[in-house]
Amino acid sequence: MEVIVLGLNHKTAPIEIREKLSFSKSQISYAHKELTRDETIQEVMLLSTCNRVELFTVVTSVEKGVRALKEFLARFHHISLEILDNVSYCYTQKDAVRHLFRVACSLDSMVVGEPQILGQLKEAYNQALEDQSVGSWLVDLVEKSFHVAKKIRTETGICKNAVSISFAAVELAKKIFDKIEGKSVLLVGAGEMSELAARHLLSNGVKDIYVANRTHSRAEELALQFNGQVIPFASLKENLELMDIIITSTSAPHFVFHKEEIQKTLHRRKNRPLFFIDIAVPRNVDPSVSKCADVYVYDIDDLQMVVNSNLLERQKEAKYAEAIVERSVERFWDKMSSENVVPTIVELTQKVEAIRQQELKKAFSKLPNLSDADREVINCLALAITKKVLHDPICMLRKKSSSSNTSHYIQTAKELFNLDGFKRS
Amino acid sequence: MNVAFFLISLGCYFGAVSFHLISLINQRAWARQWGNLLTLSGFILHTLALTVRLWQSGHVPIANLHESLSFFGWAIILLYLLLEYRCKIPSLGAFVLPLALVFVFSASMLPKEIQPLIPALQSIWLGIHTTTSFGGYATFAFAFVAGIMYLIQENQLRSKKIGLFYYRLPSLEVLDDLIHKSLIFGFPLLTIGIITGSLWANTAWGSYWSWDPKETWALITWFIYAALVHARFTVGWRGRRSAYLAILGFCFVLFTFLGVNLLLKGLHSYA
Repeated sequence: MEVIVLGLNHKTAPIEIREKLSFSKSQISYAHKELTRDETIQEVMLLSTCNRVELFTVVTSVEKGVRALKEFLARFHHISLEILDNVSYCYTQKDAVRHLFRVACSLDSMVVGEPQILGQLKEAYNQALEDQSVGSWLVDLVEKSFHVAKKIRTETGICKNAVSISFAAVELAKKIFDKIEGKSVLLVGAGEMSELAARHLLSNGVKDIYVANRTHSRAEELALQFNGQVIPFASLKENLELMDIIITSTSAPHFVFHKEEIQKTLHRRKNRPLFFIDIAVPRNVDPSVSKCADVYVYDIDDLQMVVNSNLLERQKEAKYAEAIVERSVERFWDKMSSENVVPTIVELTQKVEAIRQQELKKAFSKLPNLSDADREVINCLALAITKKVLHDPICMLRKKSSSSNTSHYIQTAKELFNLDGFKRS
Repeated sequence: MNVAFFLISLGCYFGAVSFHLISLINQRAWARQWGNLLTLSGFILHTLALTVRLWQSGHVPIANLHESLSFFGWAIILLYLLLEYRCKIPSLGAFVLPLALVFVFSASMLPKEIQPLIPALQSIWLGIHTTTSFGGYATFAFAFVAGIMYLIQENQLRSKKIGLFYYRLPSLEVLDDLIHKSLIFGFPLLTIGIITGSLWANTAWGSYWSWDPKETWALITWFIYAALVHARFTVGWRGRRSAYLAILGFCFVLFTFLGVNLLLKGLHSYA
């Protein structure tokens, strides 16, 4: 009973190979069924995303298992085994458990803390359940990985800070206004990035969106999209005092907003803070605007800088996450190996062998005149008896080793043969 | 008995401050929880110490410097616990608890024996005048701390140097709101403190106002906060300017409370 994971990801394989090796939904199902047909492979779950292909498996022997998996991948995707050897990694036992936990918690992702991978893992798991390719071991393992991922999400900040420019803008707005529900947003000019930022603001509770654009029809189109209002470009400045967040992205070659008018606006709005997100290049907001008190101006470079700091912050948090993963791996492994039948079988045979040796010694001391050949016959007789007696219980334990009530059988065997008592003496 | 409780509570506060500083650095929930648990334990013991002292001495335990410093710290911690229970402002404990600890610790360095009350102070006014004044001071301590936190956060946002505090401090609006609320509660308390003091002065010294240094400085402090409240409600002064004034105001509070006692002589010098 060995756990192994064979996989490749964005760090080990270039995109040309990853796309060649990826599986579609129906192919995953086929792979689940095909692989479980192999006698060494007992359980399997296949995860295929644009950044990774991973086979999480429980096998009877590591060597045979790895070979079977590699041969399957090579055959299925018509790729040579040498290439596969170069781009793939293989973890066994505890390392395999650790790898799955790290993948689930998004510690192994391209951007640490991005949550998509957990959803993809859940999908793969459900597919494997449907295909009945996973048994008690993988079910326990994968469920545990979800649990660890959830714990890390709540206890560390690896998913916390924005790692895209448009999200960083929303995050900054929240650092200034706290709750952005009820704040008014003005979009000046239209562009992909400003639309994206507006959409994030909307999903964070902003209700009043205003749109101003030189081309009136485009403004109306956008306003319709966001359920907002159009403001004529000419009367832009008169309406400024209503706004809290202003996203600018016009292609104007000069500044659209200047310090003097902003100063006046501030006075009219009783110095309530004003947040400019200037996504345009060249910039739409005169940099000297940021000298006004209670006005914050972030251009595209500033936002990128925030994103970079956030990535660093995530990396710091990842250290705490790694520690949680390590503890969880240890705990999971201890639990699973205590439920493993092998130690019980070993103890059982040891105990019976000890009894056999002891009884043989007694018998030989009572029969000092035996020839060596006689002794050999008696020895064989004792061995045969103990082997035959033990055969059925051991087979039964092995057979139950992958069922859900393994621990029950282990406990029963220990009690019937008083193995704990034997270990103590 | 009251001294023992007081010293144990001081130990709890030391622990609480350490845990809050740890939580400021590593942002772990457990550090904050331990910090708050210790703050609460310290507060309960401190309350017991004050109650026992009140019962043993027969008067409100705000009659000498040890007692007033201890009460000042106690009031700040009471307000902190209420705030923490209601709105959980990030990193507030790491900023406000050290301040409270400074007061309680200085109190522990002063003579702690219960002294008989001098005749001039034996009055019902003692309780009213001192609790309202110190209640006001403690509330202003929050405006002060929020002002400092505001300036740090605003500096991070304005200079666009996203550092340690950007992630750990609350948003500008929350801090500005905390300054605002502290003023709304603190200013009336200070006003009542001054009025009751004046009424008491009339019964004790025979005149409502005698320009004793404490009175003068209290009045200056009152004017600073009055200006701040006025500017806020009429012109809409907020943010950075508000924060600066809140910090300045608290410096005057400290001088009125401690500086006057230690440096100037006057009618209020009892300690």
